Parts: sequence; structure tokens; C-alpha cells
Amino acid sequence: MSNPTFSSFASTMLEARQVRKRYTSGSTTLEVLRGVDFALPRGGFTAVVGQSGSGKSTLLHLLGLLDAPDGGEVRLEGRRIDNLPAVERDRLRNTAIGMVFQAYHLLPELTAVENVLTPLLIRHGIWDWFSRRREARREAEELLDRFGLSGRLHHRPRQLSGGEMQRVAIARALITRPRVLLADEPTGNLDEASGAGIIETLGELNRDRGLSIVLVTHDAGIARQARGIVRLSAGRVETVAPAA
Amino acid sequence: MYKLLLCWRYLRTRWIALASVISVTLGVATMIVVNAVMAGFSNEMQTRIHGILSDLVFESHSLSGFQDPKWHMEEIERAAGDQIAGMTPTVAVPAMLSFQVRNQWVTRQVMFIGIDPATHAQVSDFGRYLQHPANRQQLSFGLREGGYDTTDSQSPTETPTRPALEHAGWPHRRMRVERERLWKQRLESQAAENGNPTRPVDQQVDAVLAATTAAEQPAPAAATTAADATPAEPASAVMPRQNPFQRARPEPQGRTMDPAKEQFTGIVPGIGLASFRNREGVDQFLTLPGDDVKITFPTAGTPPKAVSDTFTIVDFYESKMSEYDSNFVFVPIDALQRMRGMIDPQTGIPSVNSIQIRLKPEADLNVVRDKLRQVFPADLYAIATWRDKQGPLLSAVDMEMAVLNILLFLIIAVAGFGILAIFFMIVVEKTRDIGILKALGATASGIAGIFLGYGLFLGLVGAGAGLALGLGITWNINQIRQAVEWCTGARVFDPSIYYFFQIPTIVDPATIAWIIVGAVSIAVGSSVLPAVRAARLHAVEALRHE
Repeated sequence: MSNPTFSSFASTMLEARQVRKRYTSGSTTLEVLRGVDFALPRGGFTAVVGQSGSGKSTLLHLLGLLDAPDGGEVRLEGRRIDNLPAVERDRLRNTAIGMVFQAYHLLPELTAVENVLTPLLIRHGIWDWFSRRREARREAEELLDRFGLSGRLHHRPRQLSGGEMQRVAIARALITRPRVLLADEPTGNLDEASGAGIIETLGELNRDRGLSIVLVTHDAGIARQARGIVRLSAGRVETVAPAA
Repeated sequence: MYKLLLCWRYLRTRWIALASVISVTLGVATMIVVNAVMAGFSNEMQTRIHGILSDLVFESHSLSGFQDPKWHMEEIERAAGDQIAGMTPTVAVPAMLSFQVRNQWVTRQVMFIGIDPATHAQVSDFGRYLQHPANRQQLSFGLREGGYDTTDSQSPTETPTRPALEHAGWPHRRMRVERERLWKQRLESQAAENGNPTRPVDQQVDAVLAATTAAEQPAPAAATTAADATPAEPASAVMPRQNPFQRARPEPQGRTMDPAKEQFTGIVPGIGLASFRNREGVDQFLTLPGDDVKITFPTAGTPPKAVSDTFTIVDFYESKMSEYDSNFVFVPIDALQRMRGMIDPQTGIPSVNSIQIRLKPEADLNVVRDKLRQVFPADLYAIATWRDKQGPLLSAVDMEMAVLNILLFLIIAVAGFGILAIFFMIVVEKTRDIGILKALGATASGIAGIFLGYGLFLGLVGAGAGLALGLGITWNINQIRQAVEWCTGARVFDPSIYYFFQIPTIVDPATIAWIIVGAVSIAVGSSVLPAVRAARLHAVEALRHE
């Protein structure tokens, strides 16, 4: 099923065409995505909503190259990316796609600023890193400062609150200057105020920096703050609509 | 770069992994200590063996030896002269050494070796092992007027003193003669009182022997009755000598020798023949320089006949190789040749058993040996290097060291399995982190690199600590031994067994390098499987891992 609203090639940042995904466990096969079309316009902010088990997180994993589809294709700026060699996909995850998770997924051994720097540490080798480390560090500190975490630079994740951890995670996703940010239930573990703060931050990033964002959520209230909503149901796209 | 950072953080925060390298540390330390001690022992043993054996030994199969050592030496010189530093002829025969301790005769089986005092020092470290400083400079078979070392000159600070040697030499000899004179006087006065002379058993035997010999041959002028002989030296004066086996030092004709002023042919026995070492490592001497001993040995010719003579101990020989120190007795070669009938009466050309050869430092032992083997027929001459002579012993030590190394390396291999198990555990524990890193763009090889690097770090830490511990123990092994002995009251290292007082150690950098490389390789090798498992984790499943 193609989507007339976001089909323009030139203006599409991230696109899924007829992607399918099934999980097999023993003799049981569970078809999670049954041919989903999805398109995120450049500078768009789309929320993917649906009930638990509707396949929204799986779609996000396919879009973020964390998993490979069983059918269909994923394209970034018109270029097919799901069939690239593993190293290329790793490189794209490190440079073009930023990801934020419900459970924050910070590395517990590293401080806040080190967690933010991790994608750059992955990108650069030892010698390369030594020539860039000051600039990278300054940038990480600026990002954390912008998110109100200037006093928490050297705290470990266990010393931060949920909202703070999620802001560190967003800063980590942004340090690589990605072309698209994929957020998987970023407010799921947060209280209402913190959750609202995170969504506001994402909205600002979209408005002020033109960052293309896919937000997966089951909360209709949060989804309404996006500029478009895709509703999934039983592995298919149910509706596509601009936010109310 | 993240690999390095994470390895470092894991090293600092995962103490359980550090526990796994304790076994690497212990394995490395044990290997270093054992190798150092074994190398020390082996080196000490080789030094001692080589100290008495020259580089090459050229010998006859026959006990009668071969004639004209001078011609043989010229031939050897012609065959391999450019590689030879010195040569000396020797005569070695099996013999029985007897000496008297109080009223008892002690008899030992020995190797009686005639050496040339002038040239023998050129081919071996023989001189270094003597107890009189002047003999160490230049060996003389004349008895010295005291001055024997009362401390072990080879390890003066570590060994107990030997006060018994303080009066050795002429003072001891004079004292003994005086004591024997007084003893004889007492016996005589007792005999006069009882009208029934009592004599020690040996004197009675000597008297019977003397009577038999006297009946067979005309008694020489110097022969005296058994009653005149001193208890310690009863037979020398009565045993008549027949030609050509003349005495090495003929007795002054027409008079009895005065043992307080004169000596018999000098000999240098190994210190182990004349003393024993008690549990405290103190040497107890049974006889001293200045005492006379009897030696019975075979003559040359077929069949060999046994001859006996009296000799005076002039020094002791201590190579610290008990096999030699309790077996060898050295005597001037010309005296032994005369007594054994090894000098041709017509031409005056002597025979010898063997020629000891010292090679120049750069010479290859085996090459020179093979060269000489080509020149001299193997059925007449045996030519062997000092290593050949002690081949079984040296190869046994090498074999022992190799087996020990294999066994000890298994300890580190076991440690490797410990690392493997703990790494698997860490991979499970860190599954979510691995998923996060994959989500952030880390490659599979990068993830594997974290765990391989971690294994390398742990291996280096374990081996480094093992190196420090091993060297610490090796360098202080004697203090540790003393501490253990002090704590337990048991003797860990018995000097009466090993003949040295300190545990010898040699730290060989190449061996240590191999041990470290081996240990680190095992640590890295053990982390390969967990690393591969981590690399193959599925990102989404890893992220969902609880």
C-alpha cells in the first residue's frame, strides 16, 4: 500500500516499501509486519501509533537497520539501505540515523558525557580520536548543557533521573548530526512532566533544526504533537493522517 | 577507541575477572621460580662437572694406558692445534684408600688419578678447589706448614667455618706423632707391668704380613719390626718394595723415617672422602692434611697385581660435586707411573691413561672431537667431550626441566578455562550493552575486539603480576627458605644433600619472555569464543535482554 501523502521521492527522507517481518519460534510463525509502506518526509515529524504487538517497534528497528526485513525494502534519501553489507549498515547507524529507546540504553560504566561521546568513539580509531577529542568533548558538553545537564556531565547513569537519562540518550543520538532520529517510546518510562519535556525537546529539534523524526508511541496525546500520524494495526498500516 | 575505553572500564569494575587471572599470576610466578631454580641447579652442576673434567678427554681403553704421551700430544696438536689451549697427561686407576680413625681403619673405593702439577691447572679448574691458598696459586704435593682455609673459599660468607683445618699440615702431623709416641709409651709400660703385650688387631695383621714377606724376600735395610711401627702408620715402614715398583719417595736408607719431619708422597683426596657433613651443614673431618693413608691399586700389565703404599694427605679437593669429592684422589703422575710400572725401564718412556685437553673459548667441542676421532682409531682410543661423559645426567636434567615446564604450563591452561567461563558470564551480563553499541554503529569485529582486548588486558595484568611475584620470590628465595624453616622448624633445603648452602637461581630473560607470551596468548585465546559469541549477538534481541 503506497502512501500518497509522503510519496514524493525528492522530499522523502526515510521510506519503507512493503516491508514484511516475521518471527519464527519452533513451529509457530508470527507475522509482525505484513507489507507496510511508510514514508517520512525530509524535516518531518511522524508518530507511529498502535496497540502493543501492532508491529510499530519492529518497523522502527527495520527503519533503523537494527534488523533486516524478510521482504520489501528500506530507503534512506531514495537509496536502498536494507540490503547493504553489514559494515555499511553499521556505518549508517553510526552517522545518519540516531536512535532513542524507551529504556534509555546508556552504558552503565560510562559517565553522561562519555555516553554522549560513544558514537564518536565508535567512529574514530585511537589516533584519529586524539586529534578530535577536544572538539568532540566540547560539542558533547554543549549538547548536554542545552538539555540542562551541564551539572551532570560526570555522573554515571545510575546517578541520573529517568528524564535526565533520556535527555543524555537524545544528546547521544544527536552528537553524530544524524539525518533522521528514531525514537522508540521515549516517554514510556517517564512521569508525565518529564515525558512532556522530552516531547517538547523533540518538537524543538524538528522545528528549529529541521531534524526528521519518527516517534513510536502508544500514547495518542503525545502522538498528536507530531506533524503526521501513522496508525498500525496487526502488522498493517491502518491510517495515515496529519496530526490534529 | 571505544574498545580501549570499555576494556579499561571493565578492568576497573569487573573484579571477578581479575580473580580469574590470579591463577595466571600464580602459574607465571611458579614457572619463573621453577625455571630460575632449575637453571641455577643445572648451571651449578655443569660448572662443577666441567670444573674437574677438561673440555676433551682423550683416553685409552686399557688400564695400562698408551705409551709416549708426548708423541700423542704432538699428534693431537697436529690434528687440531689451532683450537687447543692446553693439554696434560693423566693416569687414572681404581684403588682402595684406607685411613685410620682412632683405632679403626676406614677403607673407601676411589679413583686414583696421577696428574702433572705443572700443567694440570691449564686444562681444568682443579687449582681453584683446593683448601690451601698457596696450592690454589700453584699446586705442590708437599705438606704445608698450616695456613689452610678455615672457611669455604668458594662461598666464605654463607658456610659454617671449619675449625678443624686450623692446625692442619705440619702442626697436625707433629701433634699426631707426639700423641702416638705417648700412646706407644703407655702400651709399653702396660706390657711391662702385665708381661703380656697387647696390640691392636691391625698391628697384629701387619706384623704377620711383614713376617710372611720377609720370609719370601730378603728384608731391605730399612725394614723394621712391627713393634716399631706407629699405630697410625704401622705398615709403611715394614712393607718391602720390589722392583720395578719402587716407592715414590724411597725411604732414607739405613734409618727409620721421622714422620714428624718427613712426609710420604703427597696426595690430594676429595673432601668428601675425609669428612662428612652433618645436618647443620658443618663438616666433620675424619682425617686431615698431615695424616698418612694407605692406597692399594693395580699395577700396569696383565694380569694386574695389587700394590699398596703409604701417602700423606697434603690438601683437600672440593669441587662441590659429591660424585667427585667422594671419589677422586690426586697424586703426582710420575710417582703413580713409577709405582704402577708404567715407565719403560730401557727407554724411560712413560705410559699414561689419558690426555686432558682444554680448547680455546671459541672452539667447538664436537668439531674438535670429531677431528681427533678421524685421526686416532676408535678401537684404541676413546675421545669424548665433558658433555659426552656426563651425557645421561645432563639430558636427564634437561628432560626433567621440560616435563616440569609442560606440567606447570597446564596450570596456566587451566586458568585459561577459568577466563573462558568468566568471559562467557560477562558477555551474558553485558548483552544489553552489546546491543546498545551495535545500535550506535559498532561493527561485529569491533564488539569482538572489546572482549579480545579485555582478554589481552587481563593476560597482561596476570602475567605482569606473575612476573613481579616470580622475580620477587626468585630474588629472595633464600630469605623465604629461612623464614619457612624458622616458622616450621623443618629443614627445607639440606646442605648435606646438595653440597651448597644457598639455593642457586638464574633468571633467563628469554625463558621469562616465553612464559609471558604463553600466558598472554592463553588469556587472549580463552577470550576468543566469548568474543565471537558477543559479536554474533542480534542487536534487537540484545537490546531486549533483561
